[in-house]
Amino acid sequence: MFKEIESPLPLRVEAVKKSPEAILGRPATRPRVGFRTRAMARRVRGAFVPAALLCLMATTAFAADIAPPKLGRSATPDEIAKADISIPPDGKGLPPGSGSVAQGAQVFAAKCAVCHGANAQGTPNGDRLVGGIGTLASANPVKTVSSYWPYATTLFDYIRRAMPLTNPQSLQNDEDYAVVAYILSIDNIVPKDAVLDAQSLPKVQMPNRNGFINWEPRLIRP
Amino acid sequence: MGKKQDVTELFGEPVAGNGLLHRRFFLQSSAALAGAAASPALAESIGAGSPPTMLKPGAQFNAYGMPSHWRDNIKRILATNVPPAREVTGSIRTPLQYLEGTITPAGLHYVRNHNGTPDIDPSKHELLIHGMVRQPSIFTVDSLMRYPMRTEIHFMECAGNSGGIAGAAMPQQATAGDLHGLLSGSEWTGVKLSTLLDEVGVDPRAAWMLAEGADAAGMSRSVPVWKAMDDAMIALYQNGEPIRPEQGFPMRLLLPGFEGNTNVKWLRRLKLMDGPMYTKDETSRYTELQPDGKAREFMLQMEPKSVILKPSFSVDMQGPGYYEISGVAWSGLGRVRKVDISADGGKTWAEAALTNPVLPKALTRFRLPWMWNGGPAVLMSRTTDEKGRVQPTHAEWLAQYAPRQNFHFNAIQSWAIGANGKVSNVYV
Ligand code: HEC
Repeated sequence: MFKEIESPLPLRVEAVKKSPEAILGRPATRPRVGFRTRAMARRVRGAFVPAALLCLMATTAFAADIAPPKLGRSATPDEIAKADISIPPDGKGLPPGSGSVAQGAQVFAAKCAVCHGANAQGTPNGDRLVGGIGTLASANPVKTVSSYWPYATTLFDYIRRAMPLTNPQSLQNDEDYAVVAYILSIDNIVPKDAVLDAQSLPKVQMPNRNGFINWEPRLIRP
Repeated sequence: MGKKQDVTELFGEPVAGNGLLHRRFFLQSSAALAGAAASPALAESIGAGSPPTMLKPGAQFNAYGMPSHWRDNIKRILATNVPPAREVTGSIRTPLQYLEGTITPAGLHYVRNHNGTPDIDPSKHELLIHGMVRQPSIFTVDSLMRYPMRTEIHFMECAGNSGGIAGAAMPQQATAGDLHGLLSGSEWTGVKLSTLLDEVGVDPRAAWMLAEGADAAGMSRSVPVWKAMDDAMIALYQNGEPIRPEQGFPMRLLLPGFEGNTNVKWLRRLKLMDGPMYTKDETSRYTELQPDGKAREFMLQMEPKSVILKPSFSVDMQGPGYYEISGVAWSGLGRVRKVDISADGGKTWAEAALTNPVLPKALTRFRLPWMWNGGPAVLMSRTTDEKGRVQPTHAEWLAQYAPRQNFHFNAIQSWAIGANGKVSNVYV
């Protein structure tokens, strides 16, 4: 086994200088069992390292040994701002502007109703968006924006990036605030005279805000 | 009586009810069945005794080869009567019942789109990694091609796969591809995501990562950073060729074993965050309601599952006798440890042979010899994975969720064989 790892060693020692962790083919965040210096790496030849570790090296050698190139270029704040279109529940990144329920009703009639129905009740071409509040624990649960969605920010984010289906990303920010206000007003989640903006939107309390169980802690980790 | 004795000599005694034989049969069978070839008749001109294809040159070369026209029924399955808007937001399924092995040809890989397949110029496409990182960075496709590559075989399964069975009170009579075809297997090649994350320097407090696609749905999903650091890959190739547009050309996020939707196609952005983004497709969709009205969110791993493909609906029996039962098993948690088969509706079980290689989070082909006596039978397959998880029964699965929930359905599939050899989908 010593013979097997002898020949690639010079290469590996070079690699160690660049990326100590790379020798075990693992990211730097894992517990460190790698070699820090050329001198330590040499002890491999002197059988200083337990045999099991040598086996590991022998099997993960070559490709993983060579420090990867660093070919990413720095992203400018402007490039990031243009690409970062996501809105988290705290509303960070919401744009300036505002929209009222009344304005939203017009936007909806003009740009959404053809697929989602006149009162957002749904058609075969677009989901029902309202109703169903209080049905989730029943024998006939109805999942809609009103009854199911935990955050109003998600509605703003999704409509802005993906709707109308045939012309995504075409809405003005004011139109998006307005149409969100309109949809949420149908089941009185916001009042009929509501005006939504970057401050008020994240404060909207969705009826099913606490209806979810985070399953992530139950996933099987490596 | 005499006939039965011959069968027993050749194949041994059944190991479970209704004629299931021991998987060891595969080791002995080649010797047992050899030596049956007839000697060819001699003819004066050898051409006279040969098939026509040997008597004239065949077709010319093709720039890109296509499957045999004799098998042009092997096509992906598109749902019928789809309203116009759903033609870009629906799915097309893998015809599982026609395929063998574990690798799905790229052109038959299932597709689930949320607003069509974009046509992306790779020279203009970039991947931005930002958020809680030391150095926000942009990677071009060409630059990613220069990183060390890895090649891995993994399944891809839509979280909504088999959802029709989950939701339907009566078993739908449809092929395995119709029912379970939001499932495919591929060899993926690309750059380990942890390599790029190490380069940009992830803040230790970052726990989630948003992945966003450059399609007209702006598909976006949050995934835990531990997954991104573990076995996630920026996939650039599928089955040896550049990943196809329908699968995310020029690049997709590959999260082995996670629900298909999180394997974001046309990947353009990764944002490191302290909490999830709560996008539409991790709140409105891909969450599952329990009977108590609470919904499970971030149920990201695909649990163990299997389906018998031969026989299956429309792949009927052709008279009593010897058959090989064959199908695929998989688990998003790791390797398939074993697949048990029943031919008597779950009363008795026999362990199937697994075809090597048995890889983690990959389709695994299983096979079992079966002497069908021509009588009614109910075939079932049940996977146990290396974490010890076992496929639930239909009733056990349904009991976990509210009515008509249809994500993450992984219950045992049952196929009934009628005395006429017709196979139908049944609930047991
Ligand atoms: C051409 C038809 C069409 C038009 C026009 C349209 N939508 Fe949609 N909408 C859809 C479809 C189809 C989906 C499902 C998308 C998917 O599969 O991810 C959808 C999904 C949605 C959803 C998510 C529903 C859910 O329960 O997950 C919201 C909210 C929405 N649309 C709002 C709007 C708004 C607001 C407009 C107008 C600005 C609009 N839509 C215009 C077809 C349309």
